[in-house]
Amino acid sequence: MSAPNKSFDPKQVSDLSAGAVDAMEAAALAAIAAATDPDDLKAVRLAHAGDRSPLALANREIGALPPAAKAEVGQRVGAARGRVRAALDARGEELQAAHEARALAQESVDVTVPVDRRPRGARHPLTTLMERMADVFIAMGYEIAEGPEAETEWLNFDALNIAPDHPARTMQDTFYVGSADSGVVLRTQTSPIQMRAMLGRPLPIYVVAPGKVFRTDELDATHTPVFHQIEGLAIDRGITMAHLKGTLNHLAESMFGSGIITRLRPSYFPFTEPSAEVDLQCFVCRGDSVGAPERACRTCGSEGWIEWGGCGMVNPRVLRAAGIDPDVYSGFAFGMGVERTLMFRHGVTDMRDMVEGDVRFTTAFGLEV
Amino acid sequence: MRIPVSWLREVVAVPHDVDPREIAERLIGVGFEVESVDVRGAGLEGPLVVGRVISIEELTGFKKPIRWCQVDVGADAPRGIVCGARNFSAGDTVVVALPGTTLPGGFRITARETYGHISDGMICSERELGLGDDHDGIIVLATGEPGADAAALLGIGDAVLDIAVTPDRGYALSVRGIAREVATCFDLEFVDPGLTLVDLPAPAAAAPHECGSEDFDACALFTARTIRGFDPTAPTPPWMAQRLTACGMRPVSLAVDVTNYVMLELGQPLHAFDEVALHGPVRAGWARPGEVLQTLDHVERTLTSHDLTIRDDRGPLALAGTMGGVHSEISASTTAIVIEAAWFDPRVISRMARRHRLSSEASRRFERGVDRVLAPYASARAAALLLELGGGEYAGMTGVEAPWDPPRIPMPADLADRVAGCAVADGQRLLERTGCTVAQRDGTWEVTAPPWRPDLVDPADCVEEILRLFGYDRIPAVLPAAPAGFGRTGLQRLRRLVGLGLSGAGGTEVLTYPFVGDADHDGLRLPADDARRRVPRLANPLSDESPYLRSMLLPGLLGVVRRNRGRGIDDVAVWELGRVFCLRGDQRPEGVTDPVRPSTAQRPTAAEVAALEALLPAQPEHVAAVWSGAIERGGWWGPARAVTWADAVDQAAQVVAASGAQVEVMQGVDAPFHPGRTAILSVGGERIGVAGELHPGVCSAFGVPPRTVAFELDLTSLATRARVAVAPEFSAAPLAKEDLALVVAGDVPAGVVAQTLRAAGGALVEDVRLFDVYVGDQVPPGHRSLAFALRLRAPDRTLTPEEIAAVRSACIEAATREHGARLR
Repeated sequence: MSAPNKSFDPKQVSDLSAGAVDAMEAAALAAIAAATDPDDLKAVRLAHAGDRSPLALANREIGALPPAAKAEVGQRVGAARGRVRAALDARGEELQAAHEARALAQESVDVTVPVDRRPRGARHPLTTLMERMADVFIAMGYEIAEGPEAETEWLNFDALNIAPDHPARTMQDTFYVGSADSGVVLRTQTSPIQMRAMLGRPLPIYVVAPGKVFRTDELDATHTPVFHQIEGLAIDRGITMAHLKGTLNHLAESMFGSGIITRLRPSYFPFTEPSAEVDLQCFVCRGDSVGAPERACRTCGSEGWIEWGGCGMVNPRVLRAAGIDPDVYSGFAFGMGVERTLMFRHGVTDMRDMVEGDVRFTTAFGLEV
Repeated sequence: MRIPVSWLREVVAVPHDVDPREIAERLIGVGFEVESVDVRGAGLEGPLVVGRVISIEELTGFKKPIRWCQVDVGADAPRGIVCGARNFSAGDTVVVALPGTTLPGGFRITARETYGHISDGMICSERELGLGDDHDGIIVLATGEPGADAAALLGIGDAVLDIAVTPDRGYALSVRGIAREVATCFDLEFVDPGLTLVDLPAPAAAAPHECGSEDFDACALFTARTIRGFDPTAPTPPWMAQRLTACGMRPVSLAVDVTNYVMLELGQPLHAFDEVALHGPVRAGWARPGEVLQTLDHVERTLTSHDLTIRDDRGPLALAGTMGGVHSEISASTTAIVIEAAWFDPRVISRMARRHRLSSEASRRFERGVDRVLAPYASARAAALLLELGGGEYAGMTGVEAPWDPPRIPMPADLADRVAGCAVADGQRLLERTGCTVAQRDGTWEVTAPPWRPDLVDPADCVEEILRLFGYDRIPAVLPAAPAGFGRTGLQRLRRLVGLGLSGAGGTEVLTYPFVGDADHDGLRLPADDARRRVPRLANPLSDESPYLRSMLLPGLLGVVRRNRGRGIDDVAVWELGRVFCLRGDQRPEGVTDPVRPSTAQRPTAAEVAALEALLPAQPEHVAAVWSGAIERGGWWGPARAVTWADAVDQAAQVVAASGAQVEVMQGVDAPFHPGRTAILSVGGERIGVAGELHPGVCSAFGVPPRTVAFELDLTSLATRARVAVAPEFSAAPLAKEDLALVVAGDVPAGVVAQTLRAAGGALVEDVRLFDVYVGDQVPPGHRSLAFALRLRAPDRTLTPEEIAAVRSACIEAATREHGARLR
């Protein structure tokens, strides 16, 4: 509690009447409102809320008032000072925000100018497509099996029940490494990886094998001597064609959308028996274009189905060549052309685009397909 | 195989409301790829009649010879028709499109004035009617009454199924085989036309021509039927000619056409010889090496002991089951015909056809397997047709045959259910519809395959027959539960990491061909004895310029850079991840001559597997990248930044880092790099690859700009050096910084000096980094000043000035001692 104010300079005595305090407050608020930037406001704060401001001086004199008046005047002056402080703070925030906004506005740039100082790169869509398909199988518990590209003729043909006189074994189709009799070829299919998996892995076997394959075709819009396949193999007790169909449907659905299925058509491959062609339900028209010229579908040629690959139950002769007892174990295998899949999935019309390495082709696909 | 639906309907009674499309759909469902259903003369409408040319007036004065013909079309008066073709004469029977006819393609025939006459119709060629490609002349019919409907005669409107038959199903290369499948699809009765021996007249007195087989393994059945007194001028009836044409064969002469017709009908290739040209018994036998035969395609073929021939006492007459010889072919004067019908080993024919690059209708069937017992039935059918259409006297048949038992296949009765994964109704009946007989015994079947199904050998083959006829679409779809796997291997993960890293840094992945040639090796400046020239060679390369398999990825990438620049893309950053090939040890480019070929009856032994692997070259996986031009574009921020050797080294180091391994960079010299700008990268002292600027000579050899930079690393080797990272220990105590500028001789590598400083500073050195290199007046000539920033820190306390000074002087001392450095 302050001591009684006994010695004061009457000239400095402020008028503590209601009107006078109101006037002080009004002057302060007017000055606050008139301040236009934070520096301006700083001066206003000093003049109207500083130690020598009229309201501060008025406050100092309250102690000299008779006790009866002290409470009433004290309350009035205190309230006025409170309102001035609040007004100062509010105005301060306003001016600070405006100041910052001005500063930021001055720093603004045109963000539409080119910013790609480093050109963008990309993985090849065949790589990412193979990875994507393999991912579907890894999610099911499969592993990725691999094998050499220069492969023994025995693994590429003999062990897969492709007889020595099979037309595929001519030099018109197969690259022979060394000589035609040296027993080494550039693998014509990913299927020798099947055999390697059966020879090298413990049963049961669930593998997927993406890879590069080779045939003696000249490069044109629909052929390339080097292309890619992805192959799947499951060997277990009680593997059935129903399992094959279920697996292919799952792959189709994973790659092409919910509800897309596959269809099997009887066919012939030496290493599977029974064998089938795999057709993919058209993921664009889902069959709606069939017999409806007004809804023609370019993806499937209005057939409703797209030829996708081959498959079948592993021929017991192949199992035997791998030392697996076909009376105990059975298996399925399937294979698809990756180029073909990329072509119909992404509308690639010329095989050459995939092999020439024009960066404009590849960068359009980015890092994932 | 092209099969007219009208012919099919003759053999199997497909209901009339079933259209060809539906037949095709059903055939596709049981494994016969119907590639097209062609309607003969589709789009042809209107009056198409048989006409007889009465007279021809040659018109002259036009650009080409034109004929003004009077043609009897069965009406009261002949019609005048202008025709540009010249392959007919007065009296010939032709096909006339009368005014009102619309040709395929929409061309409408009207009576119109041309070449000064009113042409009242058109005499048609095959192509104009949409029946074939022949436009050399108009169709001249062998028979036909003027005014008769020519559309029926030409089979117009008949659908033809074009079926791609898989190589295991030789029997389906016949109307008989496809008709059986159609009958099964529609569950109709099927009377096999190949199981009935047609009636032939009793043989005349003169004996038939003798025949034989010199090797019953190669030719197990050989028959010859002889007809004498045949009329060589007898024409092929139009219905037969039309069917042959519809099936894609050209009518030749009655005798030849009949053999082809029966082949199409029953699937048994036949060959007709002119008996006059035969000397002694006609028989199958191996050619004597050096024998020469002129085949019907007028090619002189020198034979080897692997060629099976049909021969007589004088030598080869024909390539067995493949193609006849010119010398004994049926001619316009042939009156005595010997029809050969035989069974040949498919492997023999396949090898022979391949060796001579000769694929014929006959060889295609024999390669795939012809009915083992059909020959005498088919030749009887042919003989009956020849006698009926060409007259003559039947002299009888001679023949030889090796004994044959149809193979029996034991199989569990429920095997089809087990393979399918569902109950297969009616399996036995389905199997029997293919011609098999099934004997049941205690839950086991004994299946006897018919003689036209040599492809049915194993139980699995029978299962396929049952399931394809049952319908693959009736088998449910069930996902198998695979056991848990271990995900991608280290190398597989590394590939993805490296790919994402290089792409993120602006590189574009490409996939180049692995074929290279000497020009590539020379262009890369590989020394003559460089191991990278020891590469496998292809026996049959696509191009003689690129006969080898690559030992490096760089030549392919440089080609891609050149191609992109040729297309106006100046700044190129490309990379590839792929296998390269190098001969191992004493492997030779031409390979071995006697590779191991284990039996496929059981698992190969470990030794056999090792012997197989030993045939293969080393095939490590590499990753390589090439940059040319700017690595950062120019723009409003400033000029472009050209790529330098340092970018290549940095990217290579990042690839190594992705594996978790610690890269070591050393100065080196190696093709195809600039000898002063080559960084050898190693891990744990083992070389992993090279990075830097390419040799200017390499750049010009591959047509890429100078200062192109690159790296190539052995990813296979790198993956084996990957390690699991161990968390580092690091201190929170205060850091002390010291800078050292050391003047050393110009040939002292900065990396080595840094290593020295690190070693000399001991445990207190956290990092040593070169931050400036100075060459100029302030240092002696041939020297440079290397400025290093040292970061020093103790694990547990603030370093004292004395400790810092000790480290500093230890570093200077070591640098002076080891590199002759002087503090600047």
